[in-house]
Amino acid sequence: MKPDSQFTPVISLSGKRLTKDVPDRHMAPPMGGAILRDALPDAPFDAAATGFVLACLPDSKDPVMWIQDRMSRRENGRLYGAALRHFGFNGNILRVEVSHPRDVLWAMEEGASCAGLSAVVGEIHGAPEVLSFTATKRLALRAESSGVPLWLIRSGDHGALSAARERWRLRSRPSGGNRYNAQAPGMPIWEADLFRARGRAPGVWMASYDRAAGRPADRLGLFPGPGDGTLAADHHPASHATGG
Amino acid sequence: MERWRRIITQHRTPPADDVPVVLVREGAHGPVIHAMNATARALGIAGGARVVDVQAIYPDLHVERADAAGDYKLLERLAHWARRWCPWTVRDGQDGIVMDVTGAAHLFGGEAAMLRDMATRFKMQGLSVRLAMAPTRGAAQMLARHGPASVVCDKDTMMAQLAPLPVAALRLSDDMLRLLTRLGLKTIGALADVPRVALMRRFSGLAEDRNPLVLLDRATGRAADPLNAPPDAQVWLARVRLPEPVIDPVPQLPALADALCADLAKGEQGARVLRLTIYRVDGEWRSRDVRTAVATRDPAHLLRLLTGKLDGIDPGFGFDLLTLEALRVEPLSLHQDHLDGSRDAGRDVAALLDRLTARLGPEKITWSAWVQSHLPERVETRVPAIAHSAAVAPEMTRERPLRLLDPAEEVTVLYAVPEGPPARFQWRRVAYHMARFEGPERIAPEWWRDKPGTRLRDYYKVEVQDGRRFWIYRQGVLGDGRGGDPLWFLHGVFA
Repeated sequence: MKPDSQFTPVISLSGKRLTKDVPDRHMAPPMGGAILRDALPDAPFDAAATGFVLACLPDSKDPVMWIQDRMSRRENGRLYGAALRHFGFNGNILRVEVSHPRDVLWAMEEGASCAGLSAVVGEIHGAPEVLSFTATKRLALRAESSGVPLWLIRSGDHGALSAARERWRLRSRPSGGNRYNAQAPGMPIWEADLFRARGRAPGVWMASYDRAAGRPADRLGLFPGPGDGTLAADHHPASHATGG
Repeated sequence: MERWRRIITQHRTPPADDVPVVLVREGAHGPVIHAMNATARALGIAGGARVVDVQAIYPDLHVERADAAGDYKLLERLAHWARRWCPWTVRDGQDGIVMDVTGAAHLFGGEAAMLRDMATRFKMQGLSVRLAMAPTRGAAQMLARHGPASVVCDKDTMMAQLAPLPVAALRLSDDMLRLLTRLGLKTIGALADVPRVALMRRFSGLAEDRNPLVLLDRATGRAADPLNAPPDAQVWLARVRLPEPVIDPVPQLPALADALCADLAKGEQGARVLRLTIYRVDGEWRSRDVRTAVATRDPAHLLRLLTGKLDGIDPGFGFDLLTLEALRVEPLSLHQDHLDGSRDAGRDVAALLDRLTARLGPEKITWSAWVQSHLPERVETRVPAIAHSAAVAPEMTRERPLRLLDPAEEVTVLYAVPEGPPARFQWRRVAYHMARFEGPERIAPEWWRDKPGTRLRDYYKVEVQDGRRFWIYRQGVLGDGRGGDPLWFLHGVFA
């Protein structure tokens, strides 16, 4: 017992919950929450991670800051703003194009402390020295204290250490059927592998994206994937070729 | 006219002095003459005449367009420049400056000497002037425009000097001029000789600035005609003088920023462009500019912007004077955004833009701007976020790739089929098998913009076997007469 108020002594219970609720491993994680998330494209030149991140961004009038370093621009191309509205993303994107990954981290940290942004997305290619565990830890703490969700798209990097609260590995799967043309690719399907998460069990989902759905929150559908045991065992990431 | 001549000399050879030159402005029925050079004036070309009429009489007339807005700006600046002679100067109409030199003439050695000084100074600027000095503002502008050159009149001789001037000097409307001419009142003297009661009765219903009697009274000093001079442009400048030269500017910055922001707060202004200048002991100076996205006068924010800029500044052997100047200011009042005291998110973003731009440069922080074009790489351009605001993206009718390679990269075709995209292709040293495709979507070159011979593009959305979707195009078609076999390029990646 400790005096909690200056007038009456009150009993305060400890903040820990008595039962730890374990989420269902097939239940899709909520995409809100201001935490640092990693998105790792599994194959080179795969825009599945870009699409997944865009689909997860909050639907807000406030701008999204999108930072690319020189290597990710050269390897994976620029984000093409003209495609976004058709894709279903209606917000504004503030582009920041820097040359060195160090500046990406600096700009992300600046953006994370700005409450006027709806999200901050950084892209870094490869596993540069500056993108260390400490750097990601700083970003994660900054995101949690400010309330701005952070995404880090790390192409060409296979699971270097990161303090991100959720780490997703994304790859494109053969797309769904096209209603009008059997020869043509249909709506995208991504394999979303949450291989590290804090406070919940990891899992694999098949993510379908349907831009025709009414609300932006309904567009991304996550369906339980084919049990991650076998998939995790024989997982061979495709090799990255250097730009040629 | 002289301003035009100076500008034109910088770009091309001006016409010879014996060629009549006129500047024209748009009139109600086509262009009319705005100004002319001495040759044209000698030929009898008058302002206000229509250009086609004058050209019919003088076929060798050299016609140029007048820049009225530029002249107006120059005159405003000249009015402020003229404060070197006296504190009250104001622009008068489209072509004059009125100065109130009361109590200032003795500083230049008398009135005649002051007029000589003015004529010399304007001549040094390359401008010709007509000057006159009189006890009232009305009399001075009448004498300057219609009287003899550089005349000085005092109270006793004023009426005698004004009397021979035409009534047009009063700057009356055309109707009024015609009426006065009909009445036989052609000079100021004739108008002044008419009994006041008769004039008052005749023109009682007119507004003050069109009433000949009121204008005459102002010129003769019977009615007050005060000068309403605009205030001096304020310089927002804070400076620190140091007793000894130092190398490091950082310790002086907080005091500078505080002083400047206090000044700005007094004037309810916020800075948009700041310049920090150090004056070195060897007589050199170095400066750094900082821009902000919205007007601000927060010393902490300015300090953060400036500290990032000091790396490249070379202090030499030290400096002893440090100034911080707000080059451009905008009105900024104290205001509360929300009743509950929460912060405005837009201001946070603006402050973020300032910080990013100060460190990375304005071209790196951009919004998208949109261009009407068919070619995918031309649709989106980037504008610096610090100077522009975000524009709404256009609705595309077709799906476009989320990531675009700029420039498009060539792919090697391994196995082609006659129609459709290549069944096997190689890009960046990796071979891909096509599984499904959609297309073609033909985008023709924009003939109004592209070079002749540019080939059309047939875009395909290609899904390879592992599910990645690429946007590849064939440049040209076989036998279009614009080069050899068509090449294939990869332009973007779909999600």
